[in-house]
Parts: sequence; C-alpha cells; structure tokens
Amino acid sequence: MIDPCVALRGVGKRFAEQWVLRDLSFSCPAGETTAIVGESGSGKSTLLQLINAVYLPDAGSIEVFGQAPPAIDTPLYRRGIGYAVQGAGLFPHMTVRRNVTLLAKLDGWSEADIAARFGELLGLMGLDESLANRYPNQLSGGQQQRVGLCRALMLKPRMLLLDEPFSAVDPITRLGLHKQFLNLRSVEAVSTLLVTHDMREARKLAVYLVILKEGRVIQHGPTREVINAPDDEYVKGLLESLE
Amino acid sequence: MIPRLVGTALLLLSGIGCAGEAPPLVIGSKNFTESYVLAEILVQLIEAEGLAVERRFGLGGTLISFDALRAGEIDAYVEYTGTVSQAILGLGTDATVSRLNVALREHGVRFLRPFGFNNTYALALKAETAAALGLTRISDLVPQTGLRVMVSHEFLERADGWPGLIATYGFEWAPTGIEHGLAYQALADGSIDVTDVYSTDGELVRYGLTVLEDDRDFFPRYLAAPLVRVDLPASVVAAFEKLEGSIDDATMQRLNAGVVFDGETFAEVAKGFLTEQGIATVEPTGPGRWNSLRQNTLTHLKLTGIALFGAILVGVALGVAVYRMRALSRTVLYIAGLLQTIPSIALLALMIPVFGIGIVPAIIALFLYSLLPILRNTITALTSVDPLLKRVAVAMGLTPREQLRYVYLPMSMPGVLAGIRTAAVISIGTATLAAFIGAGGLGDPIVTGLALNDTSLILQGAIPAALLAVATELIFEGVERALLPRHLLQSTN
Repeated sequence: MIDPCVALRGVGKRFAEQWVLRDLSFSCPAGETTAIVGESGSGKSTLLQLINAVYLPDAGSIEVFGQAPPAIDTPLYRRGIGYAVQGAGLFPHMTVRRNVTLLAKLDGWSEADIAARFGELLGLMGLDESLANRYPNQLSGGQQQRVGLCRALMLKPRMLLLDEPFSAVDPITRLGLHKQFLNLRSVEAVSTLLVTHDMREARKLAVYLVILKEGRVIQHGPTREVINAPDDEYVKGLLESLE
Repeated sequence: MIPRLVGTALLLLSGIGCAGEAPPLVIGSKNFTESYVLAEILVQLIEAEGLAVERRFGLGGTLISFDALRAGEIDAYVEYTGTVSQAILGLGTDATVSRLNVALREHGVRFLRPFGFNNTYALALKAETAAALGLTRISDLVPQTGLRVMVSHEFLERADGWPGLIATYGFEWAPTGIEHGLAYQALADGSIDVTDVYSTDGELVRYGLTVLEDDRDFFPRYLAAPLVRVDLPASVVAAFEKLEGSIDDATMQRLNAGVVFDGETFAEVAKGFLTEQGIATVEPTGPGRWNSLRQNTLTHLKLTGIALFGAILVGVALGVAVYRMRALSRTVLYIAGLLQTIPSIALLALMIPVFGIGIVPAIIALFLYSLLPILRNTITALTSVDPLLKRVAVAMGLTPREQLRYVYLPMSMPGVLAGIRTAAVISIGTATLAAFIGAGGLGDPIVTGLALNDTSLILQGAIPAALLAVATELIFEGVERALLPRHLLQSTN
C-alpha cells in the first residue's frame, strides 16, 4: 500500500488503568473504504476518536495522511474529516439546510457555493429539495441518516469517519442506504473508515477489513483475503454470518 | 464603598437619578396608622413652607427607619423616645429628650420637641364602669375585687407589662391572656372589664373607653417627636416645632380614629388637624387613584425588570461558566440555593446596612432571588443536552465557543426560558415586599392597607400584582413560541 490515509504503529489507549486499545498496527488504503469490524466494547469508536484527535494515544503513533493528529487547533483539523454517527445526531433545533451547511457558513463560504454544494449533496443522497426546511423530527430514520452523511461531506473532507451510521434503521432502509453510499463513493473518492458490527455490511462496502476484538486487532487485510483466509476462530465465526 | 458604587450605578441605569435643583426633602413613616398620620402632618408643614417634599411611607420597622434616617435616605420621621432609648441606644426607659440627643449626636440625628402625647401601655375600661366605680387612677383598682381582667399575651409576659405593674401597684389578680385585636370588642360587649391598650389607639374614642392615669409612673414614656437629621434646614425645624405640645393623647386618639373608623385619608386627617391649629396648608398634592396605580405599576415593573435583566445576564453567564467545571457547579448551586432560603423580608432588611433603603437595595435583593431559578435551569439544561450531540459537535470541528453558541445554548433555550419565567413571576410577587424598605411599587398600597386593616387598599396592590404575574406568564409563552421551533416547546401546553 503506497499512500495510506491512516497508519497506526503500536497504538494503545487507556482510560485510567483500563487499556481499551492495545498494540494496534495497520494501515488503511487512501481513497477507499476500510471497515473496522467488531462487537460493542471492542474499542471501535475510541479508535475513531484517536483519529480525529479527541484523544491522544497513550502508546505508539498514528499518522493521518502522513501527519500525527495535532494536540492544538483540533477544531480546524477536524473540519477536514467528515463524521457521521448511528442515529445521525442531527441538531434538533436546526433545519436540514442549517444542519448541513452550518460548518460551511462558519468557514466563510459564499452563499452561492453553499447553495451549490448543498444541492449537489441532496442529489447524491437522493434527498428531495423540499426536505431542506424541515426539522429532523419531521424526517424518517433513513432520511436523517442521509442528511447526517450530507453534513459530514459538506466541506469536501479528505476523510470520512462513519460510526455505525447504518445500524439504527430497518433492514430495507439499510439496503437503500448502502446503495446510496456506494453511489456517493463512485462520485467522491473520499477515504472512509466505517465502524460496524455487521460483517455483511463490511463485505459489501469496504475493500479493506480490520477485525477488532477486546481492543486488539485479530486480523486485517483486503476484504477478499480476509474472507478467503480467516486466521482465527473469531473471524471464522464472524464469517459464518455471511453464509 | 464598592457596594455604594454599584448601587449608584444601578440607580443611574434605572434612570431615577434626577439632576438639577435641590433634591426634595424626604419624610418617612413606619407602617402603622399613627406613624402615617404624623408623617403626613410633617409633609404638609413642609409643603406649607413652599418646599418640595417626598413621601417614603410604610418603612418596615424601627431599625429600617432609623438606618434610613442615619444614612440620609430620609430627612425625618416620627419616632418615640422610649423606642429610641431602648431599641437603638440601650439606655433604659426614662431618658429625657436632651439626654437622648446627646447620645444621638454621633448618629447625626436628633429629636425635636415632643408633640405632647405619650403612646405607651395603659389600662382602659368602659367609661360607665369607671364612672360607676369612681375609678380614675390605676391605684384605684387595687381594692377592686369583682373586675374581670384580661390582657394581651405580650403584655402578660413583658417586664414593662403585667409583672412590673403588679410589683409596682400590688395587685393580686391573675389575668388570662387575650388577643389584642379582640380585647376592644370584648370590653365593648361587656365580657371583660379591664384590659391593656396603647394610650393613643383610635378604638379608645370609638368605644368610649376611659384610660386610667398611671399615678405611680410605672409605664415607660413613649413621647412622639420628629426625629430629624441635624442638617435639616432651620426653616423646616421651626415649622415642625410649631407643633410642640399641640397633640395630647385625646387628640391623637381622635386623629387615629379618623383614619381607622371614619375612612378619611391620611392627607385629609392631617389637613384637618393643621387647619384647627391655624396653620395654612396647601391642597394635598397626593396623586389620584389611577395616577398612583400607574406610578406604582411602573415602579414595580422597573424593580422587577432591572433585577430580572441582571439576573439573566449573570445567571446564564455563570451557568455556562460553571457547567464546564463540575466541582464548582455544586458549590455555586448550593450558595444560590442558600440565598433562596433567606426569607424575602429578611433579605431586604439585610440589604439596608450596605445599600440603604429605596429602589437600589430592593433591586439587588430581587436580583439575588431571581438568580437561582435561572442559574439552576441553565446548568440543568446544559447538562441534559444529548451526549451524542455533544460528541458530534466536537467531532465535526466546532470550536468550544461555536459549540456553545450553535448547539448548547440553543438546545438549552427551553430550560433557560422556563427558569427566567419562574424568576420573573417570583420577582413580581416578592417585589410587593420592597415597599417595606421604601422602594415603592405595588407593595405600597398593600403595606398601607395592612397597617389600616383596609382590604380594598390591599387589593389595589394585590390585584394589579397578580395581573402582572399572569401577563408575564402569557408574554413568556409568546416569547417561547417566537423563539423556539414548535417541537422544542417545553411549556405546559
């Protein structure tokens, strides 16, 4: 792998005396989607927070596009990384338009640029313009998730961190979201880290897999290789869900 | 010094600092009928001299009035020698006016010559009974055995009441206690024969009672006289001294009865008295009912408005500051909660040594009261913002300031507004007590009405205050509707 978007070497993170991540070493391909797969408590979300500089690692080193996440000026750094979560986390007091365009406005984009980008993202995510002035509570769960993705992409980030964004919706809606996501990926080649506990989702959306268990990497590699050659009982178990 | 400065700044802010000509003299009164009547007499005397004068009536007690005088918030009020001697100077009960004035010099105030009457405890009985038994002096009671005696509970206990009285005169009765307010009625309908009274009560006239002479000079002397600042203009002092010795017990009883039983206003009673004395008065300048309602309402709104505005600024700012420091937030909430538990009237009284009387201490007290609901609701609302949204706000790259401005504060709005609404309603209610420290407002008619036991006067303050509270609720509902998307409305409907 020539240009990884994220490279970890011996990374560890602890809260108080409890190590939640231990000795993580792997790299994720730039411009592609990497899935971080694991059950809850495996440290997946903490990993994302190390990448966007909410936490600093207690051991090892992280590089994002060749640079360690900064300890100061973190808001500026984070604006270069899109972030979407399970349940979308839209601000309930803001309309769809406001939710999506807030950061661009704070960054001083022109009205015209904001309107153009906003329209483009709605189109990409298959959202109707008429939703722009609604509040989040007037949207379906699937619509909220798509708005959440629009918000994450508004500033054209180099990287996207997705914390189980597809898991809180019903299976049919989820399939629609997957399709939309792949459609988006075909247009915007943003490097993506997708945290999920769903092996099917990982296989469908990611070219690279990192399997986490209890804070350690069990296996990582291109999706096809991992699926064809699981080197651990745990990974085999995960793969059985694909049968 | 600093509190004074803050006070002055507030005063200027509130737009009451009036510039220009010499400030009017200010006459105070305590909150009972006789004090109002005598204060009104002083006011009309000053007006007759052609000077500007302001009324600061209904102050809540001796200490408040005396401190106000000493601080120059008022220029004069009517006080009793025995009260100053015991309650302020600790000199016992027999000090003469000149002895008192020596002690008062360090306070910058002095008594003028007494009006003549002595408002002290006395024993009274029906005129017919007194005539039938030939009773004129307290000593005459000693050989009497068939009389039913009941005295007020307080009189029964006080050293200058019953215990001292029997020791001085050698009675052998063991009277029971009765509520003072009921004693007159009991005397009138013949269920008791003798009770204790205040020697200038208007009831003495109304019920045709005879007061027995204190021939062994037992009761302390409570001679009423103007208590004035030493810098009071000589012409005003001269005007006040015209009244020296001109009001005896019977006259004072009659003046009190005029207000309490004949429904005359203080101004009418005072004018009538001065006319009898051959002192020309100008037409009373007291405002009409609607004018005074308008004036009181405006003052009330000013008191609560300024206090609330300050409490919003400080409460929300403090709430935000404290929200980020968990340890501090407990302490701050604890202190604010403690402030809330101080009874309002006590908090107002506590303000006086520092801020004097009038609008400024009232505003500060109301401000302190409004602080807790706003502070607590702000902290609670900030704390209860969904942690997921907090995580998103950080992760998407909002600076701490932007998080506050675009996420935390707007999301806390319903809670904060609810706190402000509570504070506003509490302030409007509590502000009625501000009249006790001379701040005016809708409490003025309430305090006067309480002193006179005049329900309609009380209602003139209470009804507008209640309407203001209701209007405030409605206005805040409107504000909430205007400011918040409908699905975030948190109010009761």
